[in-house]
Amino acid sequence: MSNLTYTVIFYIFAAITVFSAAFVVFSRNVIYSAFSLLFTFFGVAALYVFLSADFIAVTQVVVYVGGILVLLLFGVMFTKGIMNTELKSDVLHIVPGTFILAGIIGALLYTFYTTHGWMPSATQLHGSIVERIGFETMSHYVLPFEMVSILLLAALIGAAFLARFDKPDNNKS
Amino acid sequence: MILTPLSHISMPLLMGNNLNAWSEALVGFNLFGLPLGLVILAAIPLVFIALYSLTYGVYGERKISAFMQDRLGPMEVGKWGILQTIADILKLLQKEDIVPTSADKFLFVVGPGILFVGSFLAYAVLPFSSAFIGASLNVGLFFAIGIVAIEVVGILAAGWGSNNKWSLYGAVRSVAQIVSYEIPAAIALLCGAMMAGTLDMQKITLLQSGSYGFAHFFLFQSPIAWLPFLIYFIASLAEVNRAPFDIPEAESELVAGYFTEYSGMKFAVIFLAEYGSMFMVSAIISIVFLGGWNSPLPNIGSFALNDWTNGPVWGVFWIIMKGFFFIFVQMWLRWTLPRLRVDQLMYLCWKVLTPFAFVSFVLTAIWVIFVP
Repeated sequence: MSNLTYTVIFYIFAAITVFSAAFVVFSRNVIYSAFSLLFTFFGVAALYVFLSADFIAVTQVVVYVGGILVLLLFGVMFTKGIMNTELKSDVLHIVPGTFILAGIIGALLYTFYTTHGWMPSATQLHGSIVERIGFETMSHYVLPFEMVSILLLAALIGAAFLARFDKPDNNKS
Repeated sequence: MILTPLSHISMPLLMGNNLNAWSEALVGFNLFGLPLGLVILAAIPLVFIALYSLTYGVYGERKISAFMQDRLGPMEVGKWGILQTIADILKLLQKEDIVPTSADKFLFVVGPGILFVGSFLAYAVLPFSSAFIGASLNVGLFFAIGIVAIEVVGILAAGWGSNNKWSLYGAVRSVAQIVSYEIPAAIALLCGAMMAGTLDMQKITLLQSGSYGFAHFFLFQSPIAWLPFLIYFIASLAEVNRAPFDIPEAESELVAGYFTEYSGMKFAVIFLAEYGSMFMVSAIISIVFLGGWNSPLPNIGSFALNDWTNGPVWGVFWIIMKGFFFIFVQMWLRWTLPRLRVDQLMYLCWKVLTPFAFVSFVLTAIWVIFVP
């Protein structure tokens, strides 16, 4: 595959990501915003692939599309009267908004021009990254890994506790 | 790991016998500087889905269901009704493309497309032969499990876009079911990945090749492998919304679930997606537990059956046959078992399959660590 092909595919995915993200913000229909997020997440996953982070790319799809987006859609679909709510996507405070925008863009451009190169990694990637991720999680980063799993377990038990119903109430209805 | 000892007796099909030789030859094929080979590479599974769902999917299912219910099935068009599917396609093509007035036009149209893309994307990592795979990713199996998420969004788009209570409830049930059954399915596949020590589909398959044929398959390599195999098979039935887990499209309750409002070609695309994911899960289970494109026949002395029936072209035959076998079992179950209730469905997933998946996970880990 030639370099040109890579470049074209990259720009296609970049365009998908940017335009769908803009649509999420500017759309007045909350359902369209939610569905547009699919393309944003997918585009970001594709950009990860271009950074040779395939594992993170797939994880991005699993976590954000399979988990968060579905949860979001369920929330939107089951909220009563959500389609009648007028979403505000107008510009309300032009002056402070412009200042913040100029500040952020200035800071980004400053970093872009003062950082020399894009800091290529000291060690080159070769072979499968997945195995390295597995080894590192189980050796170097085992404490954060365990802490996250305990946190998630607590969240899971909490969710199950909140969602369960009381037996007497259920019989009445 | 040695990646080359593929059979030399197989038919040399222009491009050689090395691992992924056909795919690499296609990727290198640039006509007028355009990456035409990439398009062809992606088009091959697409053509396969279309052909297989037309022949085996639609006609086969109707005939198999008919024989199971002691009927004849389609008999009018052509000898034994062979041309019935072509007649159906002609009819579907001519149908008016109806979009309900109160439907959300955009989501209604886009829904089936997203659904099909979701089921088609996993074909990128299915090795159809030792010489052909869409993308030999080192996260192949993980990709195949994870990409189903896009299908879920397509179902929700179709259900919501139809602006119909049955459709919406069908979509929500379907999504709840797919999302829940992903957990036992993923853990069961993880057992296979643990035995292989890799997530690369092509390497998983290569590790199961050997002169004893089926004895090298992961299903027969460990005494506990049947448990994740069974768990994944049950969970995959639920993931593709097949009976006995076809609650999302329970006719007596929800008309046709999330595709109640669809007709004509949009309906055909939804069905194509369903048949696509049916073959996809069947291929995944054959790759992880039953050796993918490896021949199941063993070498018996000088009667080298395994060597004769291995190679890139035979590989295509074996994986498609293994996939078709599991699709046959799916159809068989559909016409044998009654449908589960929603609460039974969730009970089965969370209180039966998931704990057993964890048990098989731990046992497989012990087996892999302590038994060389």
